Amino acid sequence: MSDRLLDARLVVDRGVFRLDVPLRVAPGEVVALLGPNGAGKTTALRALAGLHPLTDGHVTLDDVDLDRPATGGWVPTERRSIGVVFQDYLLFPHLSALDNVAFGPRQHGVERRAARATARDWLGRVGLDAQAQRRPRQLSGGQAQRVALARALAVAPSLLLLDEPLAALDARTRLDTRAELHRHLSAHAGATVLVTHDPLDALALADRLVIVEGGRVVQEGDGPSVTARPRTDYVARLVGLNLYRGHADGHGVRVSPELTLTVADRLDGEAFVAFRPAAVALHPARPEGSPRNTWAGTVAGVQRHGDNVRVQLDGPIGVAADVTPAAAAQLRLIPGQRVWVAVKATETHAYPATG
Amino acid sequence: MPAALLIPAGLGLLFIVLPLAGLLIRAPWTTLPQRLTEPGALTALRLSVQTATLATALCLLLGVPLAWVLARVEFPGRRLVRALVTVPLVLPPVVGGVALLLVFGRRGLLGGWLDSTFGVTLPFTTTGVVLAEAFVAMPFLVIAVEGALRAADHRFEEAAATLGASRWTTFTHVTLPLVAPGLAAGAVLCWARALGEFGATITFAGNYPGRTQTMPLAVYLALETDLESAIVLSLVLLVVSVGILVALRDRWMTTA
Amino acid sequence: MSARAVGRMSARAVGQVNTPAVGRMGAPAVGRMGAPTVGRMGAPTVGRMGAPAVGQMNARSRRTAVAVLVAAGLAVTGCGAGDGRATGSGGDGRVTGPVTVFAAASLTESFTRIGKDFEAANPGSRVTLNVAGSSALANQITQGAPADVFASAAPTNMTTVIEAGAADGTPSVFARNQLVIAVPRGNPKAVAGLADLTGPGVKVALCASQVPCGSAARTALDAAGVALTPVTLERDVKGALAKVKLGEVDAALVYRTDTRAASADVTGVEFPESARAVNDYPIVALKDAPNPDGARAFVAYVSSAPAQAVLAEAGFQAP
Repeated sequence: MSDRLLDARLVVDRGVFRLDVPLRVAPGEVVALLGPNGAGKTTALRALAGLHPLTDGHVTLDDVDLDRPATGGWVPTERRSIGVVFQDYLLFPHLSALDNVAFGPRQHGVERRAARATARDWLGRVGLDAQAQRRPRQLSGGQAQRVALARALAVAPSLLLLDEPLAALDARTRLDTRAELHRHLSAHAGATVLVTHDPLDALALADRLVIVEGGRVVQEGDGPSVTARPRTDYVARLVGLNLYRGHADGHGVRVSPELTLTVADRLDGEAFVAFRPAAVALHPARPEGSPRNTWAGTVAGVQRHGDNVRVQLDGPIGVAADVTPAAAAQLRLIPGQRVWVAVKATETHAYPATG
Repeated sequence: MPAALLIPAGLGLLFIVLPLAGLLIRAPWTTLPQRLTEPGALTALRLSVQTATLATALCLLLGVPLAWVLARVEFPGRRLVRALVTVPLVLPPVVGGVALLLVFGRRGLLGGWLDSTFGVTLPFTTTGVVLAEAFVAMPFLVIAVEGALRAADHRFEEAAATLGASRWTTFTHVTLPLVAPGLAAGAVLCWARALGEFGATITFAGNYPGRTQTMPLAVYLALETDLESAIVLSLVLLVVSVGILVALRDRWMTTA
Repeated sequence: MSARAVGRMSARAVGQVNTPAVGRMGAPAVGRMGAPTVGRMGAPTVGRMGAPAVGQMNARSRRTAVAVLVAAGLAVTGCGAGDGRATGSGGDGRVTGPVTVFAAASLTESFTRIGKDFEAANPGSRVTLNVAGSSALANQITQGAPADVFASAAPTNMTTVIEAGAADGTPSVFARNQLVIAVPRGNPKAVAGLADLTGPGVKVALCASQVPCGSAARTALDAAGVALTPVTLERDVKGALAKVKLGEVDAALVYRTDTRAASADVTGVEFPESARAVNDYPIVALKDAPNPDGARAFVAYVSSAPAQAVLAEAGFQAP
């Protein structure tokens, strides 16, 4: 088996917007395309499915060109070995859950009774034996999601595509379904591409994350490396870190004309500095002693964040700080209030911006 | 509930129901059974129901694909085509009948060729009645189905494609079931319009009992000499059509 | 035959009433033939003259019988002799004001010209024509439409008006229309008579028997002993004619006036049996006429030589 079942470079021009995303997925691997709304994730997924033609680049699955504008290579959607779970599932409303799942096998030439047997088997695997005869509108959101998954997997696709598979679910169902989905994705022998804007879904379900912003890949890697070393504000926000880019010179990284952060790591050239909001301390007056980085900031916003209070601050750099409610009360944090911001060098993480 | 809506609604209903009541009141109830069993009336009724049904089938066969093209295919002049489809709605049916003669008549654009090649003549035949009715009724079907297709989520068709369904299978197994209620509504309208068709039929297919004399033609001619007879025939047409429409509607409502 | 049908038939006969008398006396004599003359011939004969018998008589005796029938009807409805005379003298005195004439559709062109001539002969008068199908006009009149004169293409509809008591005096027949065989211009199938219409591959349109041209056609065909199966029974004479114009049928039985009006497309072939199925056009002044003098004057004028010339030109025969 090749180490890259799916090899693609997805180039789609849509007016001023241009998507250009290289993508390689190994058998059994789950890759999440993660990005904000409008980043081009869904376009990428549609291009893989053949629902949107490429402008340039290629989609090669199992060494067969499904789409390659340069040579005119094109395999229509219905002849691609794919399975798609749509965001709102798109279960056929006039068919029972069983017939929805049996639809794919039937189209692949399986005789009716065998197709139903396959469908029954898949419904069993997603725990919906009892709901086989129900129409989609008689299913709960979580059940519909599982039927959609079973329908997509019932044709044993080489490439499984999932578009925001959990977005339509409420928080509680989401938790359960996410765990179950993870189990099925792990068991899937083919390649899986998952599109989501939810970092938790991506981290929980995917082996590898491809971060897409404005049609481009801005970062790529496994969960821990992406969360530890975000390279864009978007990723930093996703993983809940303060992130700055600047020029490093030994232990100092100049992140704004007025502010150079002292960091624990030693490096030179273009660099990122990241630290957690909980690592930020706030003081009514300029603190003396150990903290190496201090500056004056102005409170821009205050909101509850879990058990703590998250404070947004303006200043030479914008920064988020998590403080205890007691500290917040003591500091009388209201918008416009001036405070001193302190971050220990040992709490920061600096890494090169290139490579 | 606002009176501003209820009052005109009530008036609207009265406006439709009163003429109906007029027919019922003037009906010669004592001689009704005798008139009903007159062979001419039943012949015309049977012919009407048969031709309206065949015309509806023809409209489905041609109109559904046409509606699909209008709803799903982008092509230059689509608005013009859509406008053309509605022409039979605004054309006086008699003119429609003349237009059909100019095409399918003995000296028509296609009629002469049909006759010399296949020996098929359409005017003055039951087939001609079906054609005339279909011509007039087709817009009702096309408009209803096109609306349903536009309202239907075309991503279901994409979903079908990802499951390996060909375009045709997608159309028959996904698209058509999705628009079934609109299709049914269109077919009912189409059938009702075909059943009441008069002008195009008498112009294109003529009037001959048992062959081309449908109920509306029989009513019209009865009106020339015998008002009561015309009322009886109208009542029969009314009862049969309302009966069928209600029956079908109930079935569709329960399965939809 | 039901009692109702008999009633209808005798009603149709009513219109043919005056024809024989007029025929014998000549058109200008119409006015002189008042109700008293008819009345003398009246009632005694009526009982014997059932409608079915009418068809079995020869043309002349049938007309006489019909005249009798009408006279009886008039006696019953009580139309006076004086009214008939008044109409006769109407040609002398000048009339003014609007005269509203309800005329059968087939009279449109002729009556437009006759109306103009009448206005010229009667300065200050103005003729308004309302043309429609005779049965529609008859209904309008019985429903109280303000009309002065009713000129019908069918005696049946005149009867409707008489039975409703809306006629003022005796209807008189001012024109007759006769059937011809309308064939496409040039007569490609060389149709010379009714017998030629039964040939193989000859498609014929007739009017439905419910309308006058249809019953006339049936009478003519029966008289000729021709068994003809038409491809269509049209709702009116124009429908039958249109089928010929469009080339959908090879022939149709229509009125001579219709072929005259459509001479660009169709040719009318005369046939002898048409004399057995002549359609009479009765005219009458109406009882509730807003302009009674104008009404009588117009009715009289229609029988005058100039008006008859206009009608003859359109293809009508003099009564």
